[in-house]
Amino acid sequence: MAEAFSVVGKSLTKPDAYAKVSGQTKFADDLSLPRMLYGRILRSPYPHARVLHVDTSAARELSGVLAVLTGDDLPVKFGILPVSQDEEALAREKVRYVGDPIAAVAATDEWIADEALDLIDVQFKELPHAMSIQEALAAQGEPIHGSSNVHKAVALEFGDTDAAMRVAEHVREDTVFFEGNTHLPMEQHAAVAQYAVDGKLTLWTSSQTPHYVHRALGKVLDMPMSRIRVIATPNGGGFGGKSDIFSHELVAAKLAIVTGRPVKITLTREEVFYAHRGRHPVLMKVRTGFTRDGRITAMQFQSFLDGGGYGSYGVASTYYTGALQATTYAIPRYRFEGVRLFTNKPPCGPKRGHGTPQPRFALEIHFDKVAEELGLDPVELRRRNLPAPDSLTVNWLRITSCGLKDCIDKVVEGSRFLKRRTSMPRGRGLGFAVSSYLSGAGTAIYWNDMPHSEVQLKLDRNGGVLLLCGAIDIGQGSDHILAAIVAEVLGIGLDDIQLSTADTDLTPIDLGSYSSRVTFMAGNAAKAAAESVRDQLFRAVAGALQCDAADLTARDHRIYRGDRPTEGLTFAQAVQRAEAQGGVVTGNGSYTPPKLAGPYKGSGVGPSPAYSYSAAVVEVDCDLKTGEIKVPEVWIAHDIGRAINPMLVIGQVEGSVYMALGEALMEEQTFRLGLHKFPSLLEYKSPTALEAPVMHTYLVETIDREGPFGAKEAGQGPLLPVIPAVANAVYNALGVRIDEIPITPEKVLKALNDRDKRVGPKSVPAFSFPPLIKADVPEEWKGK
Amino acid sequence: MSIADKVVVRLRVNGEDTAIMVPPYKTLLEVLREDLGLTGTKHGCELGECSTCGVLVDGKPFLSCLAMPLDLEGREVTTIEGMARGREPHPLQVAFAELGAAQCGYCTPAMLLTAKALLAREPRPSREMIKEALSGVLCRCTGYLKIFEAVELAASRGGDG
Repeated sequence: MAEAFSVVGKSLTKPDAYAKVSGQTKFADDLSLPRMLYGRILRSPYPHARVLHVDTSAARELSGVLAVLTGDDLPVKFGILPVSQDEEALAREKVRYVGDPIAAVAATDEWIADEALDLIDVQFKELPHAMSIQEALAAQGEPIHGSSNVHKAVALEFGDTDAAMRVAEHVREDTVFFEGNTHLPMEQHAAVAQYAVDGKLTLWTSSQTPHYVHRALGKVLDMPMSRIRVIATPNGGGFGGKSDIFSHELVAAKLAIVTGRPVKITLTREEVFYAHRGRHPVLMKVRTGFTRDGRITAMQFQSFLDGGGYGSYGVASTYYTGALQATTYAIPRYRFEGVRLFTNKPPCGPKRGHGTPQPRFALEIHFDKVAEELGLDPVELRRRNLPAPDSLTVNWLRITSCGLKDCIDKVVEGSRFLKRRTSMPRGRGLGFAVSSYLSGAGTAIYWNDMPHSEVQLKLDRNGGVLLLCGAIDIGQGSDHILAAIVAEVLGIGLDDIQLSTADTDLTPIDLGSYSSRVTFMAGNAAKAAAESVRDQLFRAVAGALQCDAADLTARDHRIYRGDRPTEGLTFAQAVQRAEAQGGVVTGNGSYTPPKLAGPYKGSGVGPSPAYSYSAAVVEVDCDLKTGEIKVPEVWIAHDIGRAINPMLVIGQVEGSVYMALGEALMEEQTFRLGLHKFPSLLEYKSPTALEAPVMHTYLVETIDREGPFGAKEAGQGPLLPVIPAVANAVYNALGVRIDEIPITPEKVLKALNDRDKRVGPKSVPAFSFPPLIKADVPEEWKGK
Repeated sequence: MSIADKVVVRLRVNGEDTAIMVPPYKTLLEVLREDLGLTGTKHGCELGECSTCGVLVDGKPFLSCLAMPLDLEGREVTTIEGMARGREPHPLQVAFAELGAAQCGYCTPAMLLTAKALLAREPRPSREMIKEALSGVLCRCTGYLKIFEAVELAASRGGDG
């Protein structure tokens, strides 16, 4: 019998692989246009200051300078979320972090542009700055925005958690902190703008979200979107760091309009640290009630987010710190209070796992401690609280497939966790943790009823297929996934498909390469488009073969009757027949997620058409003298739904583990006297090839009923369990609790000498959360 | 920039001799990308910290962001564009493509050239030798494992040929 699929499920070489290994892929900074100018941006040297006056006259007079812009040239505020339109392309009245853009120049080369920046005279009045959650809450001076440093505060409750806590047989509370860190894509952000004499603006940009950049350009430049074309270039790494609207994109566009010449702006590495939008520092308090046998009765969770100087995705980030607790564990009663503070640091936003790695860290070390107190092994405690497939969580999140149990079994057996964790020498240890993540956000960033992803196919009479989609490949392999799905449905090969992606003039909408949504959403759109085309071809072929279209099969570049494979037409002949009958053969497919938001305010963040699940065991080797922690081996299992391309999925899993280990052990974006401590690749520590552990990756396939061919996400979820698994392994190795990320050698040594054998926050600040929004609980949780 | 401020630089890049007029302060990275159109060489910091700009000079890994072209007259510079033999990709390029060792592809040119230098001196390197050789080139996508596996696969197929 033939295999079920000919492309799906196979580890094939992705369509862009040879362009990448030959250096032919054109990233944004590789683009060069005739008469192109170079733009540079002047940035604030102060963390918080009023801008009193900007004198650009000397810069304008420098030979080779063609334009100088200040905030008054781009006065319209913007922001990625409609509720947070608080950014200016160039600050007009005040600056809110070191690196906040103030002015920009376009010149004939970068050296002249830099020289011009030095000639711009800015008068500031310094204001007191707040560099932490505590300082933002205690600040007496002028708030960073508006009347308070509180950006967003939320309070939700699902059922009476206090009552459930009172009857719990075991209650534990933990306070933990997760320091911020940044994406560090190897490619610095870059954009090239061109303004044609007919008034059409084109922007090439290294962006994960060209559609949102398109909208922001229309708003800030006050131009119709039909006169603006945004082309996302392949991203040299994204990880969430290129999913916002950036000053340099708007400034490059404006400079091109002002000068009538193409303008390129490439950020320096230091500027990339200021662009940031990375992991929020989050201080958390978690309190959970259990029965004596380890079943959760209620959870109360508080998070304090250090947001940086602007809103960015922060409202969503705040909700995300509370949303996925109940998709990972069956929690019958749940309270979440979260607050995001403005601070005088580069704005935080979404980094791989957006808002969920921090609470994941808190919960998984919390559960490790509870297991010990209850006399259960840490795996058993998780097994007793697994979420059910095809269920609603207490906060109304709909779970479809759930392979968490299988993920746990794979890593526990693979690592021989239960046996080895009690028999290792001091200094060596094993840690365990689990997680869940979204396969795409169920609601769009701006309210609308339209699809989240759309794909168009155009067939040529030689059997080639042009695939058009707004999705941009950021290295995760989305081009491959789209092509593989279309090839599978049409029975053709990857080589028959030409992709054109992420060009707002040519491609239909995809909301962007964020929230792990592309395989699921653009994949479903691609499948629908391919099925539409296949139906047309089948009708044409059915006429030729005098058979029923329902009896036809498309495979191996042929369309034939399932019971007579030798009779039929080639794919190209089928296209020709369809084209002869009905003209150009095209197909459209769209994907709109089901309406999943629960019946309460704030329910828009958290719903996803499907959740992925992961489990990890990490082995550590700790040096008792230096406090240094090495990770020799990692076992990770991921419920992918179905792997469209197992090799690419494993690549995403391995990359997630790597990034998690960097966050767990060394990466931090911290500040001193208002200044970034290490805005360079030398000082910002990240793992090298030497730190790469042995990884055992297990893919669990649950064939989700709504995913394309059953697929779910892979790009973010596998990061989540690794960070707490490291912390739990350090405890297993040394008996010390590092309740704070990153787990640096200094903290390990401090904990070894600490009376309580612990490093971590002792309390959360006093803060009056808003009155709880008390939501009803779904029917199945009533009375539990 | 007047013509008087420029100097003639003679370089041998990918086996081709070239002479160009550039300002003397331009780095090899800038000359390759901006004056010779060889944009396959990337940059991640321009401070010598990430090796994204790595090329080969006389077959050895070299950071093009710190190299001055005037110092390199008479030396042999190899960039990613010079790695294939005509239209035939280098075994390392094939292995990287087949095993998914290039995700975003941005560190890939430097990673490939550094691996090529390794295989030239050590046709069958151990995993530890590969890690050591590639440790200066940062990759944020892959976790490095597929890169190690690709170097091993290329080595098993005859390495640097």
